[in-house]
Amino acid sequence: MISLRVKKKVQNTFLFLFAFLSTIIAIIPLFSIIFEVIKNGIEAINLDFFIQLPGPLGESIGGIANAIQGTLILVTLASIIGVPIGVITGIYLYEYGKEKKSTLISFSVDLLYDLPSIVVGIFVYITVVSPMRSFSALAGALALAIVMIPIIAKTTEESLTLVPPTISEAGIALGIPKWKNIIFIVLNSAKNGVLNGIVLAVARITGETAPLIMTCLGSNFWFSGMDKPINSLTLLIWRYAMQPYPSAVKKAWGAAFLLLLVALALNLLVKSGGERK
Amino acid sequence: MNEDEVFYLFSLAVASISLLLLALILVVLVQYTLPVIKEMGFDYFITSSWNPVFGKERYGILPYFLGTVLTSFIAVLVGVPISFGIALFLTEYSNKTLKKYLSIMIDLLAAIPSVIYGLWGFFVFRNFILDYIEKPLHNYFGKISIFSATPTGLDFLSGGLILAIMIIPIVSSVTREVLELVPTEIKEGIYAIGGNRYDVIVYGSIRYSKNGILGAILLGLGRAVGETMAVSMVIGNATGENALPRSLFSAGQTLSSLIANEFNEANPTSLHPNALVGAGLVLLMMAIVVNLGARAIVNKYKR
Repeated sequence: MISLRVKKKVQNTFLFLFAFLSTIIAIIPLFSIIFEVIKNGIEAINLDFFIQLPGPLGESIGGIANAIQGTLILVTLASIIGVPIGVITGIYLYEYGKEKKSTLISFSVDLLYDLPSIVVGIFVYITVVSPMRSFSALAGALALAIVMIPIIAKTTEESLTLVPPTISEAGIALGIPKWKNIIFIVLNSAKNGVLNGIVLAVARITGETAPLIMTCLGSNFWFSGMDKPINSLTLLIWRYAMQPYPSAVKKAWGAAFLLLLVALALNLLVKSGGERK
Repeated sequence: MNEDEVFYLFSLAVASISLLLLALILVVLVQYTLPVIKEMGFDYFITSSWNPVFGKERYGILPYFLGTVLTSFIAVLVGVPISFGIALFLTEYSNKTLKKYLSIMIDLLAAIPSVIYGLWGFFVFRNFILDYIEKPLHNYFGKISIFSATPTGLDFLSGGLILAIMIIPIVSSVTREVLELVPTEIKEGIYAIGGNRYDVIVYGSIRYSKNGILGAILLGLGRAVGETMAVSMVIGNATGENALPRSLFSAGQTLSSLIANEFNEANPTSLHPNALVGAGLVLLMMAIVVNLGARAIVNKYKR
């Protein structure tokens, strides 16, 4: 009897330790990343960092201003294209997605959601960069928009589904047209969820690197037109991290600091917003 | 036509963009890959030589396919048990407050951009892996072939382990959802016949939710297969025969890291870009198959 009790106790302790240690193991990288990025990034930050061009590789002067500018332009442009398409697709999936004739569309949104983002980059390279014979800000923004659409469509659909059917029924009972009911009543009730989805998608594309490599390439200069290469924070981190020059590596950490700050802030914003509801 | 029909047609037109994009992506990628398959034949898929030099062009993507398989396998092997432990800790051992803050922290792991994982991986994680995992393994078990290569920290193991961290948020959150669906009656029943928490979890929860957990694992696998930047910065970027996975400690390459590393250097008049797009096509197929499987299982389970 005693040995059975001991066995049960050992089993329980083992299980607890396994669960506890797993959690610790997962949290360590989070803190290590935040700690290292702050420690190494903060050294790079000064006024020049925000207002100067990177300058020639290896020079310790200069900043990453064109990368900040590039990321802002790319994300804004991608959002202008991607948000409306994503939200309307989400509305379509909510309203008509369960019907048989729309299976193909909801299936393609799922598959688009699963695409590795680098594949999207390749696609835009072949269809936009190659015919235009130039890497361009436009191509980069299009690639980011394609990454964005399925994310927003799915979160919009989900948020709409969470609206209690009574609300939509009340609208129908008033006799207003279906489309007004969806836009002004159902979508309006779900607006927090939809906005959260948009913010998460923006956070996600702000951190995207892979689809930008073969679309907007990166640049050492200011934005000079939609048909010209453009820099981004992520491209700068990727290109500078593995350079042999300490000054370049320092700029990479500085850019990572800025990017991490934005990514974490946007995500925490959504989490705290979701809780208030 | 009334206004509702207009609304339907308008939303249908916008939603069809996704279908159109997907179809275009498939067609364009296949079309762009054909020339290299015409040149190389089936060798493109099953050989390892890789030479973009004009006149000597050879392209075989076997090593990168294997690299993707190996790194994803390591990610699942290491990441899934940890994720399962986290899900257990959150469902069984945490009070409400602890659960809330811990799950926010785990979710934040998914919020970190992958290029930052790569930067951290290249300067920090790699040294940790080298000093505390690779060197000891190499010193004690160096005779075994998978531990035989001289460790550098930029290899398959580092690539796989950084992926393991990256799949934790998705695997643990889906596993948690699945575990929370286990009916209380099942747990109470096992307690009632004298079981302890271990029995409840092993004979109750796991058995009841094994399909859901399998779905979670596949979702993690899908994430690992498509991930690019972090892996490209720690895997060592070997090409050709050298990229064949011979040891956990040898430099390698995955399909996605190959594309990221070589795309901008590829000469557009050679077959090099076509060969890289082909790697993207294979990657896309792998991602779709794994994610379709995952989604089928998870959806069936949730219903």
